[in-house]
Parts: sequence; C-alpha cells; structure tokens
Amino acid sequence: MSQARNFADLLASGTTITSDKLDDNAIHGNRNLIINGACTISQRGTSETGITSGGYKNAPDRFKFELSSLGTWTASQSTDAPDGFSNSYKLECTTADASPSADDFCFLQHFIEAQNLQHLKYGTSGAKNLTLSFWVKSNKTGTYGNYLYRQDALRIYSYSYTINTANTWEYKTINISGDTTGAIANDNGRGIRISFTIGTGSNRASGSVSNSWESYTNKAQEGLSNQVNLADTVGNTWQITGVQLEVGEATPFEHRSYGDELRRCQRYYYENPAFIGVGLGSSVIARATATHPTSMRASPSLTIAGSPEAFDGSGGLVVTGVSSNYSNTILFNADLSNTGSGSSGRAVCVVANLYTSSNKIKVDAEL
Amino acid sequence: MNNITITSAQYCNDIDGNQSSIKATIDGSEMSVPLDPANRHYAEIMRQVDAGTLTIQEAE
Repeated sequence: MSQARNFADLLASGTTITSDKLDDNAIHGNRNLIINGACTISQRGTSETGITSGGYKNAPDRFKFELSSLGTWTASQSTDAPDGFSNSYKLECTTADASPSADDFCFLQHFIEAQNLQHLKYGTSGAKNLTLSFWVKSNKTGTYGNYLYRQDALRIYSYSYTINTANTWEYKTINISGDTTGAIANDNGRGIRISFTIGTGSNRASGSVSNSWESYTNKAQEGLSNQVNLADTVGNTWQITGVQLEVGEATPFEHRSYGDELRRCQRYYYENPAFIGVGLGSSVIARATATHPTSMRASPSLTIAGSPEAFDGSGGLVVTGVSSNYSNTILFNADLSNTGSGSSGRAVCVVANLYTSSNKIKVDAEL
Repeated sequence: MNNITITSAQYCNDIDGNQSSIKATIDGSEMSVPLDPANRHYAEIMRQVDAGTLTIQEAE
C-alpha cells in the first residue's frame, strides 16, 4: 500500500495525527539531505574547460570535483536530464589517461554539514538507515565503486553500482545501514562526504566494496579495482542529477523551488554582494559592508575576479583586491584596494557585475 | 582528501596593526582568507604550516 494511501486512511479514521504516526518512510517535505541535488543552481557559471585540478568549478553548486593527474576535463551544468528534471552535472574527458598512476584519482563529491545530520543518531543504537538515490548516464557501461565518508569518526561505507546501457539515463538506489559507531559532531564541519568515482589509480582501489560502515584505515577502501576508468578515452562523458539522500527507503525526488535551492546554496557560496562603504583614501578605496543573503556556514574567503568598480562621486575606481577581510557568518566586511587612490571620507558604491558578468566578487564558505 | 594548492600566504593587518586576514594564492587565485578555523582555506593553510610545507609571511 502506498504511503499516500496510508495517509489518506489515517485522515479518514478521525485519528488525531501526531508525529509518531508519521514514520521515517512517510513522504514529507524537507527530507533530501542533499542541496542542489537536481543541479538547477550554478552560480559560478555553466561550463569550465581545461580542468586539471580539483575544486568547485563553473558547474552546479555544492558539488566539488576532485582531480589529481587523471586526464583533463570539462565540467558543466547540462540541460540534458531525465524526464522531470531540467539539469545535470556533466563531466567530459578532453585529454585521456588510459593508464593512471597508482595515486591518481578523479571524484565528484558532495559534503553535508554535520549539524544537519544529528537526527540520524549515528553513534547510537538508534542510528537511522539511509537511502541514496540518483540518476546517472554515461557512454561507458560497467561497474562504478563509490563511497560515503564520515570525517569525525573516520568511517567509510563503500558500494558499487552498474551502468547497464550506454548513453541512457538510469535510476539507482543504494540502501545504507545506520552506523552505530562514532557520532557526527554537532557543528558546521563536514558531516558526510558522498563521493562518486570517475576513475582511480591502484592505490585507491580494492577487490570489493564493504556495503557496510567500517573504520577508514586505507585509501584503497575508497575504490574498486574493476572500476570503470572514465579518463581512458577523449569524449567519455558522465552525468548525474536527482541526487537524494534520505532517512528510510527511497521516495520520489524532492523538487524544491529555484529560490529555495539558491538560498540553501548561498550558505556556502555566493557572488556579487551589493554594498556601500566609506572611502579610506590612498590605495585602500573603501571599507565596504553588506549583509550576506543568508547566514553563511563559516567566515567566507573573498576573491576579486575581473574588474569590479567602486564609485565615490569623483569617478570609477577598479577594485583589484581585498587588503583586509573582516567578514563573518552574517556580514561581508572588507577593505577593498586598487592601484590608484580614492578619496578619504567619501561614500563609496561598489558594483561587481553591472557592466560585465565576469567582474565578480566571490564569497566562499564551502565545506 | 583536500586537494588544495597554496603557493603563497601573507598576513594582512587592519588599520590598528592587528592581524585581520591572510592574503593567499590558492589554486591559482588570490584570496583573502579570514582567520576562522571553520573556513576550509584557513584550515588548509594552517595544516600546511603545521606540516612545514608553507610559511605565512608577516604583513607589510
């Protein structure tokens, strides 16, 4: 019987509905622990070519590409997606490496903030079972060895999935037992890392996956020796979307509004704060401040890209850097510098992408 | 795994001469990093300092 039928029966019975009557498998909102699982938000940009090192790329938010000496890649927010979805995270190999060295690796990862996982009751006898579900597509069929990792307790859960048909969207579900060993710290650090393997060298691969939580003692636990190497041929592609991690059994993907998902992403990264400040003169043109769009996870790092401008009534000055960063989780606050000189005491208006979208101020508190 | 490349780091002082942040070149981009242990860039800078592979220059 469907959960919807159960719920309808519950309503019809005249029973008072209390939280204990809605178990973990009931379909309710806010159940997906993944942010931007449908890959709709891509604040940094929609494509980045020539990738040879890891980091958060111009591709869907909250997914981090990790790469060490295993090919060259293009990462993008693709509009190719399964029915009911608009976007996916796409990786395409542009320089091949068919024979990885032992320590090479290539992963796509997603980090969940630890304080958002306290209801899993990990480290207790009541630890909750989870299900990870996702849509995946690749031109290369075969076995992929993935893992989840808990940094606080140094625990890993490895599993595999198979792509059966080339260039076809396939839906995968992975059941993950609750871990009764080691708690997840109730803080703003990394709670669970979800890692999708694109390819690895022999030092990050073993003959089998655990399909259970175990102590992390060796990086060979991260991969599988018969894992597909997506870096072996130029033009190989791998795409993912509809990523959902939830308590209990798999339920249909929880679609959120664009605005809702954007605000969730901005806790970790956003661009182009709009602010005013006061001129400090000399090469420090302004002390500028603004409220972040939402409370950030941690005090953010700041990066100036392109040529944002500051106007103080006497003309436009190009912002070339940040001479001091006082920002915290609530406020953007920084001294902005340039190579010329501003006017001390004047009100300053700073704009980033008013004329050119590549002129940016990046605010980064990612995990 | 934290695959971050840091090629330079220097403290920045506020107008009173107190350390306010770190200017660092991280993965090829210049960043202003707050002195917050929860910030992943600051945590990685300090990890590399502890490992003896990175030195933070004093403010100018």
